[in-house]
Amino acid sequence: MKNKSLLWLLFGATGACLLPWYALEDGFWAFTWIRSLSDPEYPSALVLILEQSHWWLMPPLVALVAGFIAIMLPMGRKGLSRMLIAVSLLGSFFVIVQGFAIGLNEPKIFLSLLEGSSAANGQPGLGVGAIMLIASFLYLLTIGIAGLKKGTADIFIIGLIGTIITLVGVFVFFPIAHVLITAFETADGGYGASRFFSRYFSGEVWGLNCLVGDGVCGPAINSVFLATMTGVGTTLLGLTFALIATRTRFRAKRLLRILTVLPIITPPFVIGLALILLFGRAGVVTEWSYALFDIEKSRWLYGFTGVYLSQLLSFTPIAFLVMIGVVEGVSPSMEEASQTMRATQWQTFTQVSLPLMRPGLANAFLLGFIESLADFGNPLVLGGDFSVLSTEIYFAIVGAVADTSRAAVLGMVLLTLTITAFLFQRWWLGKKSYATVTGKADSGQNSGLNSGLKWACYLVAIPWAVFTAIVYCMIVYGSFVKLWGYDNSFTLEHYISTFGVKTEGGLRFVGSAWDSYITTLQIASIAAPLTALLGLLTAYVLVRQRFAGKDLFEFSTMLSFAIPGTVVGISYILAFNVPPIELTGTGIILIIAFMFRNMPVGVRGGIAAMSQLDKSLDEASITLGANSFTTLRRVIAPLLGPAILAALIYSFVRAITSVSAVIFLVSAKHNMATSFIVGRVENGEFGIAIAYSTVLIITMLAAILLLQLIVGKRKLRKDTRVQNTENKTRLVQANI
Amino acid sequence: MKKRTALGITLFGLAVHSQAVFAAEELNVVCSAEQSWCDLMVAGFEEQTGVEVAMVRKSTGEALAQVRAESKNPKIDVWWGGTGDPHLIAASEGLTQASGVDTTDLLGWSVNLSNISDGKTVGIYAGALGLAYNSELLSEKNMKAPACWKDLVDVQYAGEIQVANPNSSGTAYTELATFVQLFGEDEAFSLLADIGKNVNQYTKSGSAPSKAAGRGETAISIGFMHDMVKLASSGFPLVIVAPCEGTGYEVGAVSIIDKAKNLESAKKWVQYSLDPATQSRSVEVGAYQVPSNSKSTVAPESPDLATIKLIDYDFATYGSTDTRERLLSRWDADVKNAPKN
Repeated sequence: MKNKSLLWLLFGATGACLLPWYALEDGFWAFTWIRSLSDPEYPSALVLILEQSHWWLMPPLVALVAGFIAIMLPMGRKGLSRMLIAVSLLGSFFVIVQGFAIGLNEPKIFLSLLEGSSAANGQPGLGVGAIMLIASFLYLLTIGIAGLKKGTADIFIIGLIGTIITLVGVFVFFPIAHVLITAFETADGGYGASRFFSRYFSGEVWGLNCLVGDGVCGPAINSVFLATMTGVGTTLLGLTFALIATRTRFRAKRLLRILTVLPIITPPFVIGLALILLFGRAGVVTEWSYALFDIEKSRWLYGFTGVYLSQLLSFTPIAFLVMIGVVEGVSPSMEEASQTMRATQWQTFTQVSLPLMRPGLANAFLLGFIESLADFGNPLVLGGDFSVLSTEIYFAIVGAVADTSRAAVLGMVLLTLTITAFLFQRWWLGKKSYATVTGKADSGQNSGLNSGLKWACYLVAIPWAVFTAIVYCMIVYGSFVKLWGYDNSFTLEHYISTFGVKTEGGLRFVGSAWDSYITTLQIASIAAPLTALLGLLTAYVLVRQRFAGKDLFEFSTMLSFAIPGTVVGISYILAFNVPPIELTGTGIILIIAFMFRNMPVGVRGGIAAMSQLDKSLDEASITLGANSFTTLRRVIAPLLGPAILAALIYSFVRAITSVSAVIFLVSAKHNMATSFIVGRVENGEFGIAIAYSTVLIITMLAAILLLQLIVGKRKLRKDTRVQNTENKTRLVQANI
Repeated sequence: MKKRTALGITLFGLAVHSQAVFAAEELNVVCSAEQSWCDLMVAGFEEQTGVEVAMVRKSTGEALAQVRAESKNPKIDVWWGGTGDPHLIAASEGLTQASGVDTTDLLGWSVNLSNISDGKTVGIYAGALGLAYNSELLSEKNMKAPACWKDLVDVQYAGEIQVANPNSSGTAYTELATFVQLFGEDEAFSLLADIGKNVNQYTKSGSAPSKAAGRGETAISIGFMHDMVKLASSGFPLVIVAPCEGTGYEVGAVSIIDKAKNLESAKKWVQYSLDPATQSRSVEVGAYQVPSNSKSTVAPESPDLATIKLIDYDFATYGSTDTRERLLSRWDADVKNAPKN
């Protein structure tokens, strides 16, 4: 314990005495800070105190010194732990207080105390030195907490929990608090609850008039209805595809898989536009059915139906990705036991397999529900007069009457809905065990589906897959025609204007999309592994460890997913535009926004997959002398192949396709593809938008295939072929 | 130990440590016009001044929301393009600063904008509000072409008119304010409610109705005429109508953000964007708005503001928050849920 503490104290001391305390204008990766060792332009905290009389940096350093003294003193384990906790809490408290007290240009609080001192000029945001010091305090704290526990407390686990809590606190709660405070703003700029409650419960939000006569329902009611329908729909479709992919000998599985993945990698608006061109009043299908069957051309697409259709298309893949890991994971030995006891295939499926898939069903539904609530692109294009919360919030911020307070209130409504769904999911799952991957030997043959169910799956999945395929053909087709929906002559000009290159005088990227394309890829490839890592580590902590406040912790990791992107975007600007943490205008803010927005998918997928892994696997590893970290790395991680893959793919893709959060975070130097595409769509330049989207889709497909190659396939059992009575003899022979 | 550090430290290190470079000859522009126009402006400015421009395109609502949120430490220097109302709001909230640019050659409506805002925003282009109809759809359905605002109440257009929602769209707010100025408030609202009986959808975005009309999703749209000209010239069967009663217009503007970090370059940008040589180039990218400098050449396709009956649009009154909120809440009450034909 002393060794580890000393290591972290030295780490903190390096940050405080050698590295620059403040954020640098040319960025960390320019490595100009290396010069700080000698250059007075990049002073460390120690230099600042000694030479520029930044006396407010003294207390944290004193705390650090106290830490060194504590480990020198002859003290018992408990005593040292208490000392470390005290030192680290005080130290981080002082760092935080000084950061908020002295703003960019002038002191913000303790004005009388700071007046006339060198603090009057303000200070920039925290830099690498400050970060190292805070990290050292954080880990001293977790070492201290571990030391107070009885037995062999696990420093790794407590450190992990501490890290996640700190990160979620800084990058989820801190910014969100900024926005939520505005929900309680009164008309005259003060704060009060009465206006909040009257707005929160107002009939404009919760109105039920659509049930009687031809009135209109409030956006909250519309959102709940839509989200429930989407959640149920996507879960069922996802299950169907997962069953076909794992439990049948369907020939075109690979094709099916690609088709189910396509919508997830489609930039926003594109599916909506394709649907308009198919089913809109002037759409292809509408024209045909008018010509052939004299069905009147109508605008049925605009409203609930259109949004629902496009959300089903968009979110089924997410349900599929969650479901497939779970369906694969259901142990054949359970199913075989059931069949040995003479249950039919149907009974086995409904009473053994399906209940074991509950975590998958629940997580898939929750994701579908929340995705639908937060979805912004589809309602915007196809919503018509069907108003939902996400679009209402967006227009409360950017509309003709900008009212951030109203947006925040609507954001709270949305949040309430998410919390309710989350609690409902917990209740439905209950406290049962769903572990079926136990490490014990089993024969490795999942039971096949009975023929009724199989055909039902085919009947649902194949038409849906064909429909998806048609929508995508339309999209590709649209990128090659002059004026989509009107002048259908072939052209390449959309591609040339976006991705043109000139070879004269060296290779030059002259297309207008190159800048945003390259930035997008860079940011997505940095964000994806970080997101997956963070999400899966969180899942590991949630499934495998018990600690006080776990439920709250679990919920807090879901929070950023539940909050609409627009609100997240605004909250990040409000929170990270001024010191102590100054991030606006950088690419980093986009990476962080993506990490914390998409982390919940890693968490959900990880939880679903991990709750199938029996704890005896961990225990066996621990018994053999491995610590938690080794167990996580050597036992759990390899079994989580599909979950890791799903988290990586999802976070990569979401970083490329998300739009509502990034609209406010993109800056002149870091523009993202979606924001570029939205601009083109707004302008009616559909051809360019579609051409760009097509290039993005192909890029993402390539990336997914690459990831699949890198992560590889998990091998649970020696043979994962599906049992099939007719082929049983052949299988038996193969096994011999 | 080391791996654990990796997570915590990389994240934090990454997080706080990259800051943008603010060298002397740089400019950060948020552009609320069309992407191609924005690109053209940037390329021209970089060529002329050697200043390195970083530009991002955002709609006026998004740009205003960002300027507001960043007001303590702005990352944008200049906001170019987009309808004048949000620029005026920014000016009245002290989010922008006077550019001190010379306005002698500018047309009246542009100078007017500058006067209302104490020089904090200047008009760069104007565009009139109008009607457009899809000629193919209209003849297919045997409907008469509308010529005036009041024609739109005719029951033959039931379910065929599309216009934006003024709560979300500046275009539709301009229409609402135009009606009030043309007909007086009470008559304006009853007229809007009557037209509302024929409206199939109040869209969120102001430019959406004309695009829908172009593709035949709706027969008639209300919007800015320069957008319609662009759609028509790209091949859609749109016919543009300047309503007989007269019509209102928008003025696109440019503003320098308060506490801009590159003030000198920002001033150069404003100067550059009012230059006749710059303004005359806008037609290259299909921007058919009327430029604000009297010496700029106007594209022949541009709606000729001299032949259109334009009202004397009162930007000061109808841009004020009080009037805006009153008109919009009345619109919600009287027009939004009016029964349909």
